[in-house]
Amino acid sequence: MSELVTRTSKTIEIDNHTINFGPQHPAAHGVLRLILEMDGEVVERADPHIGLLHRGTEKLIEYKSYLQAVPYFDRLDYVSPMACEYAFALATEKLLGITAPDRAQWIRVMFAEITRALNHLLSVSSFALDCGALTPGLWGYVEREKLLEFHEAVSGARFHSNYFRPGGVAKDLPAELADDIAAWTETFPKFIDDMEALLTGNRIWKQRVVDIGVISAEDALAWGFSGPCLRASNVAWDLRRAQPYDKYGEVEFDIPVGRHGDCYDRYLVRIAEMRESVKIVKQCLQKMQPGPIKIQDHKIAPPTRAAMKQSMEALIHHFKLYTEGYHVPAGATYTVVEAPKGEFGVYLVSDGTNRPYRCKIRSTGFSHLQALEALAKGHMLADTVAIIGSLDIVFGEIDR
Amino acid sequence: MLDAIAALPGVMAARRELGELVVEVSKSDAYALFTRLRDEFSFAQVMDICGVDFPERAARFDVVYNLLSVVHNQRARVLVRVEDFAALTSVSSLWPGATWWEREVWDLFGVPFEGLADHRRILTDYGFEGHPLRKDFPLTGYVEVHYDDEQKAVVYDKVKLTQEFRNFDFLSPWEGMTTLPGDEKARGDRK
Repeated sequence: MSELVTRTSKTIEIDNHTINFGPQHPAAHGVLRLILEMDGEVVERADPHIGLLHRGTEKLIEYKSYLQAVPYFDRLDYVSPMACEYAFALATEKLLGITAPDRAQWIRVMFAEITRALNHLLSVSSFALDCGALTPGLWGYVEREKLLEFHEAVSGARFHSNYFRPGGVAKDLPAELADDIAAWTETFPKFIDDMEALLTGNRIWKQRVVDIGVISAEDALAWGFSGPCLRASNVAWDLRRAQPYDKYGEVEFDIPVGRHGDCYDRYLVRIAEMRESVKIVKQCLQKMQPGPIKIQDHKIAPPTRAAMKQSMEALIHHFKLYTEGYHVPAGATYTVVEAPKGEFGVYLVSDGTNRPYRCKIRSTGFSHLQALEALAKGHMLADTVAIIGSLDIVFGEIDR
Repeated sequence: MLDAIAALPGVMAARRELGELVVEVSKSDAYALFTRLRDEFSFAQVMDICGVDFPERAARFDVVYNLLSVVHNQRARVLVRVEDFAALTSVSSLWPGATWWEREVWDLFGVPFEGLADHRRILTDYGFEGHPLRKDFPLTGYVEVHYDDEQKAVVYDKVKLTQEFRNFDFLSPWEGMTTLPGDEKARGDRK
């Protein structure tokens, strides 16, 4: 092809200008205001302005009891709500010195993986949408709806589930939900195949994402990357394997890694992770035994409704839990989970009362977005859109 | 690793708390310690930097650095105490990813960082005043915005509460209070 092009020289005037990308832009994934200094169509400098969705979650939590703080976590990363609750539940359990019963741990691992599929479906499909592919988005939403029905079945809410609690989970799985989830694990890999048929080998998709936004392993570490973005740069680091929590030590799964650290690898890692999630969900369903789903200490977890009709003690426990809440021994912990986007952490400081003294939320996308300038520099404007899509940015958690 | 870190210069205390490695270091030695932790102990990542406010203390703020070494599969939490208006040395030259976290600590707590190239606020609004995560900053804030139809613009106003701010603490004799009313009589010598 290239030998057919006749080379002519001409003078082009390039003007340097600054453009304002967002905060209302379909490819900004929410309320990202990005100031781009352009040299022609090449990005010279990218300055993300965040905080447009700042709600003061950390401050609000200081005024709430531990139980009341849980729903705030749904509203952080609203694409994978249960993963955020997970970090807070584990942090509180650590300070309380309790562990959830086996069944609760299995349910949490299972729903954490369902949430991962939920997140990656949106992440991959909206990434494709940013690059001009509409169909994956439409398909992805249909598939997501099935998973949201599982959320609804256990918690009553599609998104703001408030399901993982310190000491276990809110309710046991309803009858037949396990069968529905098992049926889903059989059909979902086929869906991923279909999705991959649209994208993985697609010429236009590869033109848009291969070798775009490359980051080396050293740089990715220095910028504080985690999760799929770090693994795409060939660092096989997964908290579920390295620092397993709950039942992750007892399930088998592989950690997919990329070799190039570009947008395409970040996409491939997410696709592979969805397949791994299905494996983990299957194992959870097999290994789960009947049993209690929250700690049986009624000073921390509420008694059953039936017990409250019979026992004065249970009634008092219920009343005290939902007014005063429980007291958490003084101390501090930085507890992390492998959320779908990467390391989601909670730095929880307790002063021994019924409210957190400080609850710092380590949001994943914060670090990833910070590296946007390093990733986008020298790329075209349209590539910036692909890079933002590949980083899986959600402003609920970044702005907190 | 705990003993090796405890032996580093400037370390005031190193311990395990709930299984997590916690290191306390003085403000002046912090940067040197971070350099060694990064270079000799391969803490290649700073995952999080945050502040904690203890208004009753002389050195009011704890600045907390959560480091991670993927090589050793080890985390370390470094606490640096800092007084109000005193600056810390920025670690953004060691870890580029620290920049935004330091901007956040400045924004929310008002702890300045020396050598931080970009010292703008990050989470709060343009032109915001005050540092909202300090304990003496009210939860409801000082200002609110609304759209003014006459000026055809979004304008700031002093915050108006339609209902007085209510702060339920619910602390009760259940398990929160160790001294009950009447305990002074039990302890006192009755003549």
